[in-house]
Amino acid sequence: MSSNRNDDWLRDSHTFSKPVIAEIQRAAREGIYDIRGFGAKRHIPTFDDLVFLGASMSRYPLEGYRETCDTSVTLGTRFAKKPIELKIPVTIAGMSFGALSAQAKEALGRGASEVGTSTTTGDGGMTPEERGHSDMLVYQLLPSRYGMNPDDLRKADAIEIVVGQGAKPGGGGMLLGQKISARVAKMRHLPEGIDQRSACRHPDWTGPDDLEIKIQELREITDWEKPIYIKVGASRVYFDTMLAVKAGADVVVVDGMQGGTAATQEVFIENVGIPTLPAVRMAVAALKEAGMHRKVQLIVSGGIRTGADVAKALALGADAVSIGSAAMIAMGDNSPELDDEYRKIGSASGYYDDWHAGRDPSGISTQDPELAKNLDPRIAGRRLANYLRVLTLEAQTIARACGKSHVHNLEPEDMVALTVEAAAMSGLPLAGTDWVPGRNGY
Amino acid sequence: MKEFNLDQEEIRGLNQHLHDMPSTDPNGSVTVTNPAGKHALAVGIDTPAEVTIEGHVGYYCAGMNQQATVHINGNAGPGLAENMMSGKVIVSGNASQYCGATAHGGLLVIRGDASSRCGISMKGVDIVVGGNVGHMSAFMAQTGRLVVCGDAGAALGDSIYEARLYVRGSVANLGADCIEKEMGEEHLQEVTELLEAAGMTDCKASDFRRYGSARQLYHFNIDNAY
Ligand SMILES: Cc1cc2nc3c(=O)[nH]c(=O)nc-3n(C[C@H](O)[C@H](O)[C@H](O)COP(=O)(O)O)c2cc1C
Repeated sequence: MSSNRNDDWLRDSHTFSKPVIAEIQRAAREGIYDIRGFGAKRHIPTFDDLVFLGASMSRYPLEGYRETCDTSVTLGTRFAKKPIELKIPVTIAGMSFGALSAQAKEALGRGASEVGTSTTTGDGGMTPEERGHSDMLVYQLLPSRYGMNPDDLRKADAIEIVVGQGAKPGGGGMLLGQKISARVAKMRHLPEGIDQRSACRHPDWTGPDDLEIKIQELREITDWEKPIYIKVGASRVYFDTMLAVKAGADVVVVDGMQGGTAATQEVFIENVGIPTLPAVRMAVAALKEAGMHRKVQLIVSGGIRTGADVAKALALGADAVSIGSAAMIAMGDNSPELDDEYRKIGSASGYYDDWHAGRDPSGISTQDPELAKNLDPRIAGRRLANYLRVLTLEAQTIARACGKSHVHNLEPEDMVALTVEAAAMSGLPLAGTDWVPGRNGY
Repeated sequence: MKEFNLDQEEIRGLNQHLHDMPSTDPNGSVTVTNPAGKHALAVGIDTPAEVTIEGHVGYYCAGMNQQATVHINGNAGPGLAENMMSGKVIVSGNASQYCGATAHGGLLVIRGDASSRCGISMKGVDIVVGGNVGHMSAFMAQTGRLVVCGDAGAALGDSIYEARLYVRGSVANLGADCIEKEMGEEHLQEVTELLEAAGMTDCKASDFRRYGSARQLYHFNIDNAY
């Protein structure tokens, strides 16, 4: 049709681009904001804008496969009687049962346990599937407190108090009716099939002074055994990290704006919060200022995809990273083998972000029992374990090239920035110069 | 009976004793003296013990309680009996903000007044308040029952789900999606039973009015936006 039409004279507007026009049309038609899954899609400065220097005349590398490059991480050394011992510096981020199927939660547990790392519950509570298949399970305490109970609290290996999420700092959760199955409804004490809102504020504390007392309560309930994490969405990261330390956290989790979500307003995902790159630097600066770097551990998430991302986060001073979207993709979400199925629901493999809609043919972001059957937790778990191994090997490769016998020995001095923006945000010099924007008066 | 004088003993020792009771003294009683507004007292109990606290308590007293009966002869700070699962918590005086927050079960009795956000996000607990409740009480209340013998502050039951609210006195105003509903036979009976359980038999069920969800916010709809 359009092939024999000459469109050359048509001119695209940068301000009113085709996607912008389509969104205005959609908004006018539907009268409600766009809700979707995934993280920010717009271009933002990322770890891609940093490179490692590697070894040279003055730095010795370690032998690629043979020389030891340790990847273990201990979390919760500050107050907890039973800290968490990870074999790799990559953990699985909190994703709710409700957002994900029981099979997907099981697969996350299988994959993570195979390589010696932890998984995290999410809004909606702990399922026996994930507890049973996760050697180390972090239990989230969220504003909604859906599924929060002391029995599961005692079963958990650590507790994560969620203040915010990178995709939506300041926003509550949502789980649309399509995904409120009988089981999900029962776990959350809500009617089946309704569009369910999760509160954005905790019901029983406001501000860091209250939080300190809340943490004391959680420690008392669990006899001071379990590490307590505080997760914040990246915004005022320096102050939030300081306040988390003051409130008594064992571990601070900072989630950058590109972090994934199961369901959030598009306008929120793309416009609220700051990227992971500056967030890491700010969190580390706060920990150092407080004299707590490496004493209170830092986990960083939001857009971690490769071992290079892992190595860069660690080199900037994080103790571990956490992944959500990448874990889903590794398990089979957006798989090309399902392209026909994705097209039937108006998307395509590699583009599917309607994780809120519950129709995911991969069986991951759904509560439909038929669709969920498409995910074999053993196969998906194995794929996740493979992926986690690759992330670890890649991070080790880089660490060895920089001459480090532990991935935690990577340091900012091992890197430079490729763009002025990344240099300013990371505090690293622009490649080929000793210029860090904002330092020494420039 | 075991006694803890918090002038001399640590909170940790008290809570550890309570946590060990299922194996050492499952139906035992414990008295706590000189609480002096301390926080996180008698939290995480999971045994049918009888705990009496003589004096005022700070934040989160009886938090996440299971099975135990906890008496507070005094006033309670914020977050009293937060996320309680079962058992009974009884306060002779007043309770501060968010008492009974997100509680799943059991009975919470406040003989005096409860401050703002009483029963916020409640998930099955029964709460009986002898006096008034503050603003935003029963915010996002999911299930369970709240009985208020006095008055309720502004925005009662805002964004409420299926919890049932009964108020004897005035309601400053109702929150979004909360409406007055008819008092049927079963509701009169329910209120009578709750008042009896709370030992507040000087109130008559027929003096109460019932409030609950209009269920208009259950699905996202542009006409619900402000
Ligand atoms: C499907 C899905 C569900 C999520 N559910 C939760 C949740 O329940 N609680 C939470 O704190 N974060 C939740 N998150 C955010 C993740 O914990 C994590 O912060 C984010 O996925 C990290 O970014 P990444 O996806 O780029 O790895 C969810 C993310 C996804 C993709």
